[in-house]
Amino acid sequence: MKIQEADAKSLLLAQGLPIPAWEVARTPQEVGAAAERFFAAGAERVVVKAQVLVGGRGKAGGVKLAGNPAEAQQVGSRILGMDIKGITVRKVLVGAAANIVKEYYLGAIVDRVSRRIVLMASAEGGVEIEEVARENPGAIHRVAADPQLGLLAFQARGLGLAIGLRDPLLNPFVAIAQGLYATMRAEDADLVEVNPLAVVAERGPDGATVQRLVCLDAKITLDDSGLARHPGLETMRDLDEEDPVDAKARHLGINFIHLEGTIGCMVNGAGLAMTTMDLVKHYGGEPANFLDVGGGARHETVCGAMELILADPNVQAILVNIFGGITRGDEVAAGLIEARGEQAREVPMVVRIVGTNAVEAARLLREANLETANSLDEAAEKAVALAKGAAR
Amino acid sequence: MSILVGLDTRLVVQGITGREGEFHTRASIAYGTKVVAGTRPGKGGQFAIDGTVPIFNTVAEAVLHAGANTSVIYIPAAGAPDAILEAVEAGIKTIICITEGIPALDMIPVVEAVRRADARLIGPNCPGATSPGRAKVGIIPASVHKQGRAGVVSRSGTLTYEAVQAMTDAGIGQSTCVGIGGDPIIGTTFLDVLKLFHDDPETDAIVMIGEIGGSAEEEAAAYAAENLRGVPMAAFIAGRTAPPGRRMGHAGAIISGGSGTAAGKIAALEAAGIRVADSPTQLPGLLLEAGYRP
Repeated sequence: MKIQEADAKSLLLAQGLPIPAWEVARTPQEVGAAAERFFAAGAERVVVKAQVLVGGRGKAGGVKLAGNPAEAQQVGSRILGMDIKGITVRKVLVGAAANIVKEYYLGAIVDRVSRRIVLMASAEGGVEIEEVARENPGAIHRVAADPQLGLLAFQARGLGLAIGLRDPLLNPFVAIAQGLYATMRAEDADLVEVNPLAVVAERGPDGATVQRLVCLDAKITLDDSGLARHPGLETMRDLDEEDPVDAKARHLGINFIHLEGTIGCMVNGAGLAMTTMDLVKHYGGEPANFLDVGGGARHETVCGAMELILADPNVQAILVNIFGGITRGDEVAAGLIEARGEQAREVPMVVRIVGTNAVEAARLLREANLETANSLDEAAEKAVALAKGAAR
Repeated sequence: MSILVGLDTRLVVQGITGREGEFHTRASIAYGTKVVAGTRPGKGGQFAIDGTVPIFNTVAEAVLHAGANTSVIYIPAAGAPDAILEAVEAGIKTIICITEGIPALDMIPVVEAVRRADARLIGPNCPGATSPGRAKVGIIPASVHKQGRAGVVSRSGTLTYEAVQAMTDAGIGQSTCVGIGGDPIIGTTFLDVLKLFHDDPETDAIVMIGEIGGSAEEEAAAYAAENLRGVPMAAFIAGRTAPPGRRMGHAGAIISGGSGTAAGKIAALEAAGIRVADSPTQLPGLLLEAGYRP
């Protein structure tokens, strides 16, 4: 699950990381009022940042500076409602603009190859890390945390030294790196990223300029498998950005991803679901979705899956592919027949059910006059033909 | 011979009294697998599966009193990492964890403990392993198998059944079929299984079934190019049409930052001389093309 910058920042703040104050605003007036508070606290300028779960908001014009509250409100009215990669901006983050001296990158990921949490740092911060990885891979430094003891101070120090940090910024860097690691463990995150981790110049209480490290942006992806033990994190799910169809799939326990094609797919198992999509494409069609009903699907899941597929007006044909193991073919067949009776519009369907209780399933499907197929290839070919027939 | 599970397997089922545990234990026994014990803390001294399998409170007791040497885990995600560690501590060397939905971070110290104990963990989130005609541990349906000399290794569940069924239908039997699991952190990788097949005198051909995400297929391809040149191999990669940045059901199946794509994996496999199928049904044909004679 992806969470918004503001939520990511509050999780990092809870681990004691240095994060400049922010407010979240949902209307231009709220932006203006928030800006006024930051100016009153001594800010020279404020930054207004679109809160969306897609990258590239800066390039899309979703991050702007303002020199006074009125300007902030005006900037807010431009960003709120803006479309960024298909997502409507519904809220913005407002904060004092930092006086940035230098930008670094710091991230923590679950690395499959070393099977450890790996911290990555680069002196080339503020740009997308994928871009750095492509163009200057040597600029990214990595260290794998000990699988049992965690990120040790000397490891974090080595990373800080590698990106050129020295006294007095080195020890704060160690604390931040260990804080990222701690956040990852505390929240069951897959990814915790601070980009930029910035050296900012601030005026100290005596009027002299001091430099310090702060986390100016934050991105966290949570492990869906860990959510059950962090009920508090569920409130960070951004329902504004979640497609209602996705929300329904989530409640049904179905893995569903909407795509652009015309052939709705219902499959058990993720690998087989991807393969079914691939074969639809191979035979000249386009899949309308990825849909894994999971193991042991009962008929209410099947009915729900059918509704999800039919909710997409582009769907011209449906392909059901079930390889029964834990899943019983006859239960799926019964569910399909029931869903068929209730469905709002007529869409041709081809069903292939093999494995556990396939014989009984075949009898049910035959009695209901449903089009069937024996092999996966045959099913995909038939579905493509049905979709093309329906389109004509 | 075969690998991982076989005639020498003496299985303890951790979670034998649960719904899945009981159902699949019956299927394993029906297949001829030696199931010597089950565990269910607090029910030690009782019997499961119609009074035929003794229940112990701990894995250590199952090892001591029933001679268990292999474990299969059907325990929910919250308790599964602990179950793996208990098996390691009891000296079990082959541990197969079927459980799905274990948080990735829980698995990091667990795979490390397994490695230090010189044990082997298959999974989690995997369908298990079958050596046809010898032993079936996990949830792969018995009906798809035929005894033979082709090894199968896969990251998937039902897709594995599909591929193995296609092989069986074409008359190509299997030495061992292993599902390694679809999670980001797993105990045994493609590379590990290829090494086991390489050393197995009863495996003469290999089928690999991968999917988008990570780089395990690429690492396996590099190993195959070096060490398996004479072995007929065929592969299938699921997810050619998967959009980047979306998790395709399996926690590990995601194209991120342009890496982990099907195209990249297919190119790496082909560069290693491995034939890659467009559909799982083509796998047996490709093995024959590669010179395999079952």
